[in-house]
Amino acid sequence: MSLTKADIADRLFEEVGLNKREAKEFVDAYFEAIRTALEEGDNVKLSGFGNFQLRDKKQRPGRNPKTGEEIPISARRVVTFRPGQKLRSRVEAYVGSGD
Amino acid sequence: MTKSELIDRLAEQQSHLHHLDVELGVKTILEQMSTALAAGERIEVRGFGSFSLHYRAPRMGRNPKTGEPVALPGKHVPHFKPGKSLRERVDYNSDD
Repeated sequence: MSLTKADIADRLFEEVGLNKREAKEFVDAYFEAIRTALEEGDNVKLSGFGNFQLRDKKQRPGRNPKTGEEIPISARRVVTFRPGQKLRSRVEAYVGSGD
Repeated sequence: MTKSELIDRLAEQQSHLHHLDVELGVKTILEQMSTALAAGERIEVRGFGSFSLHYRAPRMGRNPKTGEPVALPGKHVPHFKPGKSLRERVDYNSDD
């Protein structure tokens, strides 16, 4: 069981009153706007939820796990997510099986 | 980009929608995502990434002021794994 774009579009249809097509487009535009900002080097701060932050990683030594051969892992930019305090405390209260 | 800037950008693109509806739409999405995670549910958005919970085992911590040991219970924390498309688009090295 996991939440998908289709579930989100359904909710927008029910709660915001967008029609099905508008709701689907809205969900796509929403995630695309976040991707575009990150692609342009802009961190994304969604208060109450969390921040998507870009981090520049330096080149570091790596290894091919199959052959043991040493190959450098190139410098790269990655996205990390820092959940906000509100989301953290809501999730902390979840009592599921520790896994 | 902040939440209000995200709302403004979406409102510009989705010009057939009222600004207030875009605002409500963004808030509804964030609330639905938070509620899902708070219930231990995963979120999967192809090309963007997935959110799940990671478990942190109970441990002994310390009160930083007094140095006194405190037992910290196990807890879950939200985790995000960027999808392939997002990973490639933010990395200036990838050719596509």
